[in-house]
Amino acid sequence: MENEKMLPQPVSLILEEQTQLTLADLSRACAVHAECIVELGEEGVLAPVGREPESWRFSGIHLRRARVALRLQRDLGVNLAGAALALQLLEEVETLRTRLTALGRG
Amino acid sequence: MEFKDYYQVMGVARDATQDEIKRAYRQLARKYHPDVSKEANAEARFKEVGEAYEVLKDAEKRAAYDQLGANWKAGQEFHPPPDWNSGFEFSGGGFTGGDASGFSDFFESLYGRAFNGGQRGHTAFHAQGEDHHAKVQIDLEDAYSGAIRTITLQVPGIDAQGRVSTRAHQLNVKIPRGIRAGQHIRLAGQGGAGHGQGKPGDLYLEVEFHAHSHYRVEQRDVYLDLPVAPWEAALGATVKVPTPVGSVELKIPPGSLAGNKLRLKGRGIPGAVPGDFYVVLQIAVPAADGDADRTFYRDMAEQFNSFNPRSKLGV
Repeated sequence: MENEKMLPQPVSLILEEQTQLTLADLSRACAVHAECIVELGEEGVLAPVGREPESWRFSGIHLRRARVALRLQRDLGVNLAGAALALQLLEEVETLRTRLTALGRG
Repeated sequence: MEFKDYYQVMGVARDATQDEIKRAYRQLARKYHPDVSKEANAEARFKEVGEAYEVLKDAEKRAAYDQLGANWKAGQEFHPPPDWNSGFEFSGGGFTGGDASGFSDFFESLYGRAFNGGQRGHTAFHAQGEDHHAKVQIDLEDAYSGAIRTITLQVPGIDAQGRVSTRAHQLNVKIPRGIRAGQHIRLAGQGGAGHGQGKPGDLYLEVEFHAHSHYRVEQRDVYLDLPVAPWEAALGATVKVPTPVGSVELKIPPGSLAGNKLRLKGRGIPGAVPGDFYVVLQIAVPAADGDADRTFYRDMAEQFNSFNPRSKLGV
């Protein structure tokens, strides 16, 4: 307990709910050019709020989606559309797995 | 350090063509990609395969590797030969965009280190530190009330001698109330150190719940199987029900059946839109231990002689 007081305690935010990112924030966090993020938006991988890229706001969930899509492109040699499809299927698998676990325990 | 057999890692013959190597890499990368694979050692395998491919896809690096000879076995103690590297110039391709930070000592002893910039010029360079990602397991109760947990992460870094080493990074993490499994806690500035005057990266913790002995969680809803006695189900009753924030009194309506769900609105994981707490009824049957109990069950059978629990099964 003594130990706990000494350690730094940074501010914790729930990425998916309490974080809003601009185009610049998101590009920096993914270490890519803004154009890459714009392309992800055009492909429907990301759904920012706002009309023009300058006023786009991304909820935190998009950081994860963008990073996974970019990694899939880089590591597996798939194009943007392929990465978008993989991401969609991965999310479906994840939902099914959760339900399966719930059934198995129920 | 141990010798690494890159051909074995990729599952190809030593005389494989560049096309075969590329094909093998693509297959293995899809199989072990950490974002795709659920295999326990996926990340380690993916790095291993990436390292092997970094060498074998590049004609120069592959030729140099082949020069070591075919007699080495994977895992054998290895030191580069003294004349290693003479006559080879790894000037052209250099290192590719892949993440080289996980490459082994073996790789570095042969090809140097991608991120030390020996072949990349010496321009001053400022960049934000890398974002770090880790998983953290918490109790369901922590999501209801919030909590502070001390966590220890192993962070790879470069020590004063320029070697890659891991150090323990310990910090207190506030678990925000209302967090759900699969969500991430973002800790700004707690990731990798910046380069030059760059800011440090962020730390992301993916939250999982410890398996609980009686609750199960679906998104923001929490489920509990609640055993009730036959007379409680038939006649109705008010019973005590545990929830992650203490027990509550719950009214069981008369005529309840096993499998019926009772909803406690807003008693799931809290938040702007709180989840619900579902109680799923199970009927617990008392054992017929003594003569008196057995007589009672026989009387019951007589009383309910037209009751067929299997009527829905058509028998």
